[in-house]
Amino acid sequence: MHCTINGNRTEMVIDPRTSLLDFLRDHLGLTGTKKGCNQGACGACTVLVDGERINACLAFAVQYQGRSITTVEGLSRGGALHPLQQAFIKHDGFQCGYCTPGQLCSAIAMANEIERGIPSFVTKNLSTETALLDHDELRERMSGNLCRCGAYNGIVEAISETFAKEPA
Amino acid sequence: MRAFTYERASSIEAAAKAAASNPEAKFIAGGTNLLDLMKLEIETPTHLIDINSLGLDKIEPTSEGGLRIGALVRNTDLAAHERVRRDYGLVSRALLAGASGQLRNKATTAGNLLQRTRCPYFYDTNQPCNKRQPGSGCSAIGGFSRQHAITGTSEACIATHASDMAVAMRALDAVIETVKADGSRRSVPIADFHRLPGDTPEIETVLERGEFISAVVLPPPIGGRQIYRKVRDRASYAFALVSIGAVIQLDGTGRISVGGVAHKPWRIEQADAELPQGARATASILLADAHTTEQNRFKVDLVERTLGAIIAEARG
Repeated sequence: MHCTINGNRTEMVIDPRTSLLDFLRDHLGLTGTKKGCNQGACGACTVLVDGERINACLAFAVQYQGRSITTVEGLSRGGALHPLQQAFIKHDGFQCGYCTPGQLCSAIAMANEIERGIPSFVTKNLSTETALLDHDELRERMSGNLCRCGAYNGIVEAISETFAKEPA
Repeated sequence: MRAFTYERASSIEAAAKAAASNPEAKFIAGGTNLLDLMKLEIETPTHLIDINSLGLDKIEPTSEGGLRIGALVRNTDLAAHERVRRDYGLVSRALLAGASGQLRNKATTAGNLLQRTRCPYFYDTNQPCNKRQPGSGCSAIGGFSRQHAITGTSEACIATHASDMAVAMRALDAVIETVKADGSRRSVPIADFHRLPGDTPEIETVLERGEFISAVVLPPPIGGRQIYRKVRDRASYAFALVSIGAVIQLDGTGRISVGGVAHKPWRIEQADAELPQGARATASILLADAHTTEQNRFKVDLVERTLGAIIAEARG
């Protein structure tokens, strides 16, 4: 039984009770992904599975055999930070940093959802295929990631600068 | 968490057979609710049957002109589907009003219908709850009941059903297709699928042991303005205090279904008939048998006013 984590084929020898979050952190030492509420409410554990964002705390690792998982450790390329990581630094998109890995993974997948034309609750016209990443869309689509320091303004600026075609 | 064994079912028949052979087995699809409840040992299956590989993830037109939605279609995919957006906007809107982007990527159509209440006393294993431990009592009655049900309640339970999607599907008269443990199939109108609590609040649907949902069928589209309005304590990512799914036609007739007020999506067909008379007349029939607490009495006014806003929006 195996899966791919940040491009590396990884053996899974686990008790079925192990969550994907615990597998990443405790079994593989990939502690970038954070455990906040451990019940799907805070988004700190957000990772990408085949490019889609999920809460790793609400996933049994055993269900992800054969899948490709990307964590915050897999976002940089050749030692260079992902543009969104750079933007978080530039705009002070964090204070304590605990929610940041989840915010980063979530925002990257969110931008992809917009590219694919997936609507949100605030998308005005469901019949058009395109949604713009404006201020309301960004905040609605990122509502699954809480920041208890309240660094939201910086987070919104960083995501907006990286992905929005128009200013948020 | 209690230990369990795990298998990936390879066919519907194999899944049904595995369920029939072990009364303590459960199906797992997205798992967003089940995992949470297993961590708290509120759900304690000894065996999990993973049904994600059964090919029930397709959305197909029916010969009657409706849409058959596979049980395992993810909330994100259902909300974004071209025909759902065009003909069943209410379903898209309701789904997008629920949970977060992350959760909608995992959660499935059938799992959404089968999710359990978010009553805080159901989750708090230190306190009595008739739904979690039959006969132990209801902590919500006489407790903090601001979020609880105001109609269809019983002396055993005042929990609500938390789904947004189910509210939309009730307004559209969806039909739920199932496969029983012996392999036989049946279709259940959504009106009859969820139960009121009565004196057995632990039994939430008409599903039998080992029976699972294979698809949800939407009847042919009925047009109209389709509006889903959700009133909650924050603007996004919160359960409803009150939500209303409405289909309003040009002549003012229509149908409505209400969430956040009962143990199931709440629709009274006689109340639909009052829609041209306005919100007050409609709400008075919808909630004729309301049974409120001091803390959740506000929901009666909230239903009427939310309905008023929907009717105004439909006219505008």
